[in-house]
Amino acid sequence: MNIWLGTIQLGVKSLWLHPLRSLLTVLGIFIGVASVIWLLAISKGIGDEAQRQIESLGADTIMIRTIKPPSEKMSAQGLTPYGLTREEFDLLSTSIPTVKSALPIRELRRQFQYRDRKLDGRLVGCTPEYFEVNRMEMADGHFISDAENFSMATNCVLSAKMAERLFWHEDPIGKRIYLPENQDFYFVVGVLKPKGATAAVGGSMAAQDFSNDVYIPIRTLHQRIGDMVMVSRSGSREGEIIELNQITLRVAEVSDVKRTADLVESALSSHEKMEDISVVVPLELLEQARTTRAMFMLFMGMIAAISLLVGGIGIMNIMLATVTERTREIGIRRALGAKRRDIIRQFLVETSVLSLAGGITGILFGLLCGPAVNGARALANIWFSEQMADLPEVVRTVQPSIVPESIPGAFLISLIVGLVFGIYPATRAAKMNPIEALRHE
Amino acid sequence: MSNPKFETDGFACRVVDMKKEYVLKSETVRALRGVSFDVPEGDYVAIMGPSGSGKSTLLNMLGCLDKPTSGSLWLGSDDVATMNDDQLADIRSQRIGFVFQSYNLIQQLTVVENIQVPLFYQGKSLSKAQQLRSIELARMVGLAERLDHRPTQLSGGQQQRVAIARSLVNDPFFILADEPTGNLDSRTTEEILQLFEKLNNEGRTIILVTHEDEVSKRAKRVVRLKDGRLQWDRQNSQEVREAAAKYAIDNMPVEV
Repeated sequence: MNIWLGTIQLGVKSLWLHPLRSLLTVLGIFIGVASVIWLLAISKGIGDEAQRQIESLGADTIMIRTIKPPSEKMSAQGLTPYGLTREEFDLLSTSIPTVKSALPIRELRRQFQYRDRKLDGRLVGCTPEYFEVNRMEMADGHFISDAENFSMATNCVLSAKMAERLFWHEDPIGKRIYLPENQDFYFVVGVLKPKGATAAVGGSMAAQDFSNDVYIPIRTLHQRIGDMVMVSRSGSREGEIIELNQITLRVAEVSDVKRTADLVESALSSHEKMEDISVVVPLELLEQARTTRAMFMLFMGMIAAISLLVGGIGIMNIMLATVTERTREIGIRRALGAKRRDIIRQFLVETSVLSLAGGITGILFGLLCGPAVNGARALANIWFSEQMADLPEVVRTVQPSIVPESIPGAFLISLIVGLVFGIYPATRAAKMNPIEALRHE
Repeated sequence: MSNPKFETDGFACRVVDMKKEYVLKSETVRALRGVSFDVPEGDYVAIMGPSGSGKSTLLNMLGCLDKPTSGSLWLGSDDVATMNDDQLADIRSQRIGFVFQSYNLIQQLTVVENIQVPLFYQGKSLSKAQQLRSIELARMVGLAERLDHRPTQLSGGQQQRVAIARSLVNDPFFILADEPTGNLDSRTTEEILQLFEKLNNEGRTIILVTHEDEVSKRAKRVVRLKDGRLQWDRQNSQEVREAAAKYAIDNMPVEV
């Protein structure tokens, strides 16, 4: 196999005869390979982030939310009750065998006060399941318990930010917060750890920000605040009657989620006319997101493939020029005993050396994707901090994640590009008549 | 492939009724119209002829770069005329030593690597003996000090000497030299011709294509072509050769 080694040596020598030209040709492949790895890594990073946000909703859950129906469906006078009812909650939680647990939620905008500090926030009436479903963690104290719910205790749990802003450096546990709108006091029994917002997915669910929440037992909320809520807004008072804002069902087996969702929808078919609920199945969103991600990556991969193609055409172009330029050398080699396949081998080795050089350096550069993106972002944060703050969340947080298959893939592709785009120039070189090639000036 | 009708022992090559026709558009050009001659081992033949005489065509045939339309070319016991492209390439790398008018060294290779090119295409890795032989050949042509030089760093005469060393590396049946002195001044021409004479005296067969009478007179034998046929084939007497050598040296321009 020494002829291969010799040919490779020769190829490198021949390429070294025109260092700049070879370098520029390599650059074409380098950019192609690096962009394959980079684009795939970045799009996977974005996809992973979206998927992680959806997963945080829980793949085994079904969420039924009350939405405000279109105004023409509401009766002109008085208040029309709408949305989910406690009766429906009982129906869903007891009659569907695949449902493991059910969580009713009632949410209200309220003002909270401690001493002279007032804060607007969200009052959430819920059951202990809320803690688990939303993957919360306690910083101090305990979450709402079943006993507290049952006894309609006036206890509450604060989110980390709420606790910090209302109590500053005081320990909130055991203190009372005041709800001016209801002239009511609640004992703080627990404080949560900070928790990131969940995704706004598919347009059917707004992003949930847990940072301004105060949690109380849902039965307490029902008893002390009731279903009708009046809000004064620019002089007039508006009201609404809602029993529950959301029911979250957890299904025992993930494989049952879709069937259960169908069942839930048929059980709640009476709401179809009012259009006052929506059923969100995170699993479906997850699958949607996966498809979207696959499409996105395919698209990015295609863009990168185009740059590889351009690199390959660059190789072919330069090799065609080289073949013409080296016609005489080909003639000499043929006269000295080189067969057609020796000439083909020589030129294919040269194109492969070019494309592999581009491939390997491209892969090395591609591996730097993560640190490079983070570094660039850190620099941009220092130099253009204001502009950076305006950029979308995804630009500020995305973590490129290198697709493992893209490394051998890129290597293979660069080799194939070298061979494919080398074949035509090489056969053209080999087809030359040695006599005419020798005469070539 | 051996043909018992011909006794090939003792011959570097034998040309038998060689014809070559080219078809150019509708016209058929008959470049060789039946040429026959033998080249015994150790001979020194100059092939002459005006342009259009079929000289270049014959050279291409002898160099196994092209195949005759009919007739045979025997190299050893093989008829080259029947061979395919790959077999011809093998013959070229194993049995023929080329020397060209324009040296035709490969620019990206050093002197010693250029000398080794024919061995490279024999498909085997270089043996130690072959390595030593290529260095020995470089020394023989006076370039032992320049083994790692590139062709661009050498003068024309030096390049031609590298080419001669290259033509010997495969221990060929004959050296086929195409106007080897055409690009050289008279002093370097003399160097090269003396080198050929030395090689011939050592037993090497040389076939030299030239249009210069002064060069052809230095060979042992002159074959002249005209219109695709052999015009004449005669031996140069020892006196003619010596006189030509003396004349060349006497008329060499004095270096200022």
